[in-house]
Amino acid sequence: MSDQKFKVTVDNITIEVPAGTTILNAARMIGGDVTPPAMCYYSKLKDSGGKCRTCLVEVSKGSEKDPRPMPKLMASCRTTVMDGMEVKNITSEKVLDARKGVVEFLLLNHPLDCPVCDQAGECDLQNLSYEHGSESTRYEFKRRTFEKEDIGPYISLHMTRCIMCFRCVYTADQLTERREHGILERGDHAQISTMLNKSLDHDFIGNVIDVCPVGALTDKTFRFKNRVWFTKPMDAHRDCGNPKCNGKVRLWMRGEEVFRVTARKDQWGEVEEFICNECRFEKKETKDWVIEGPSVINRSSVIAQGHYVGTKASPVLIDKVVGQQPKYLMNIHDVSDVNRPDVDLSKIEGPAHSDDFKSLNKG
Amino acid sequence: MGVKLLLENDHIEGIRYYDTYRKHGGYRAAEKALKMAPADIVEEVKKSGLRGRGGAGFPTGMKWSFLAKPEGVPRHLVCNADESEPGTFKDRYLMEFHPHLFIEGLLVSSFALGSNHTYIYIRGEYAWIVDILEQAIAEAKNNGWLGKNILGTGFDCEIYVHRGAGAYICGEETALIESLEGKRGNPRMKPPFPAIQGVWMRPTVVNNVETLAAVVPIINMGGEEYAKIGVGKSTGTKLLSVCGNLNKPGVYEIDMTISVEEFIYSDEYCGGIPKGKRLKACIPGGSSVPIIPANLLLKTAKGETRIMNYESLSDGGFVSGSMMGSGGFIVLDEDQCVVRHTMSLARFYNHESCGQCSPCREGTGWMYKILKNIEYGKGKISDIDLLWDIQRKIEGNTICPLGDAAAWPVAAAIRHFRDEFEWHVLNPDESQKRNYGLAHYADPIHVPASA
Repeated sequence: MSDQKFKVTVDNITIEVPAGTTILNAARMIGGDVTPPAMCYYSKLKDSGGKCRTCLVEVSKGSEKDPRPMPKLMASCRTTVMDGMEVKNITSEKVLDARKGVVEFLLLNHPLDCPVCDQAGECDLQNLSYEHGSESTRYEFKRRTFEKEDIGPYISLHMTRCIMCFRCVYTADQLTERREHGILERGDHAQISTMLNKSLDHDFIGNVIDVCPVGALTDKTFRFKNRVWFTKPMDAHRDCGNPKCNGKVRLWMRGEEVFRVTARKDQWGEVEEFICNECRFEKKETKDWVIEGPSVINRSSVIAQGHYVGTKASPVLIDKVVGQQPKYLMNIHDVSDVNRPDVDLSKIEGPAHSDDFKSLNKG
Repeated sequence: MGVKLLLENDHIEGIRYYDTYRKHGGYRAAEKALKMAPADIVEEVKKSGLRGRGGAGFPTGMKWSFLAKPEGVPRHLVCNADESEPGTFKDRYLMEFHPHLFIEGLLVSSFALGSNHTYIYIRGEYAWIVDILEQAIAEAKNNGWLGKNILGTGFDCEIYVHRGAGAYICGEETALIESLEGKRGNPRMKPPFPAIQGVWMRPTVVNNVETLAAVVPIINMGGEEYAKIGVGKSTGTKLLSVCGNLNKPGVYEIDMTISVEEFIYSDEYCGGIPKGKRLKACIPGGSSVPIIPANLLLKTAKGETRIMNYESLSDGGFVSGSMMGSGGFIVLDEDQCVVRHTMSLARFYNHESCGQCSPCREGTGWMYKILKNIEYGKGKISDIDLLWDIQRKIEGNTICPLGDAAAWPVAAAIRHFRDEFEWHVLNPDESQKRNYGLAHYADPIHVPASA
């Protein structure tokens, strides 16, 4: 059973995948922009996915045996492929229209406080809105707010930014022995919370920061310290005493200073291995770590525009499958002085400053 | 007089108690069924053409035959008694006044499906009915209809009543299962369907109260006889809970052959509209189904008389028809405001959305806010198109049907009553003082001659 292979076609690109693979994972094997975006699915967390509806795709042919198309758009992260299935993602008007709707819904009550949000630059919602959102909102009402809640010394919770992906709930459920937090209330006033203002304390609870696709859960030890695109990602490791943690992390540095420690993330923005709280919050000195070198950033994101050493662009297939070039709302390089492709951030000593770019401009 | 099957003995005093029920032919179906092979019972139900009475109208026999039967894994029958749809209260009547008919149906169905532990998930607000059901279960158990080795057949069956906590979403079958397991009532992603992995990941059938009660007459009279009642694929009888501007609101049993007009105006059923007012609109199947104006309610777009059954009510699709739904028949007379009505439904769905998936969580609240603006004279003409666009982006894009249920009433209201919405926007002051009234909504529709 396990070595059975199914043929699946995503946007006219055919690939063979093992039986039981989801459409989303099959599309990830192809890579590039035919991969549907996923805000709630997380391959490392069991049962995640299906909630945000950004990964909806059109199944235009069910399988070789039953070629009928599926009547509704399907959540690609939770739909397994059948042999001969044909899926339309960016080639389907219906999908793009529905996705635009979902992005609008996700941003409806989102505060859009990116200028003061620590997640900005590596935020999935930000990336998603650049790609699939509209330039303005049609929502004319007061945005939803929540009472501020303190969930401990390490993690800061901004419920207004939350998009209810449930990733952190699954993380707390699956990584820690006892349930740390969950969802309170229902509908549009549902919120993630610890019961009765308890603080989150567990060796691995810091990982909720990494899995959060938005700035709802951020690192308190890094709060307002720096913009992520001014720090340099470096791979590093240490001998961690915690048996479940292998100590392989990504340091976000500026000069010789360690600003933040996170797990290493792959090209889909998912952590490779979860790390313990000690590595994440306590070890903020260069001497704590064996630095391996600059991290490779190979995901299509705002931070990937930062031109570090080893930045890899993800393949762009849209012109091949749709037959035309995509339209961007804005090209960041046209409007930003600090993000010029010819300036390699990794090579600037010390903190990157707008002067660096200006002097280079003159030179 | 139409045929009555479920409410046949409704006039008998004390029918809710075991002795009276038994004396009037109760538990005959159970006696008969326990001597049959389970597969034959499923076959009878298939032959009867019984369709799910909870709203979707899926053929019950087919649903039963989908149930997976792996070796050594218990199977469960769960009765969905979480009747929370605004306008629907037929199951409440059945459980309150005919608990033994319901228990008998549960017993027969449990035997057919091989469920030794059967659950009734009942709406939390029906607190007093829990006592009635538990009393009926105790009576049935004392008389050997439940428990171990029923009638010496070797079949064990226990029925448990589980109270919900008042969430509409727990009427969705997978949310109901989650809630029954003691978790938060969020709908599950499908597949796997409950027939494969339901309660505690075991094969499960979830059926409505009325569906399970209807199994009793099916066994008594035989599936083929049952199928002779009604027309086409609408077989048997259907309970309707009727409310709104009517002389005689209540629960009625119909055999799905009478016309909508007769149902509303005849003295046997609803008895017409009070004070001689005129009919404006109707929601024929509970709050989730599309609202239709009087002219499309009594006659289809093709000019045929509309009959109270699954096919006729949905004739014309959503463009000019509606749905049988769960049988919550809500009638609006000429004094009712469709905008206000739609607003209160939108408020309900906003309140009841579970918040799991984005289109429903954010979209329902947005629709409610816009409708509130229009109702209170603060709306804009562009809001109507915006509403249309929001409902379009919710429908079909959510995990469970609550998104569709929230989108359909708004879509239908705009589709059929757009002028009333526009009048509200264009006359912000006047709309606060008076209603739009009947306008042209009861005028005969020009029917093009068909070829």
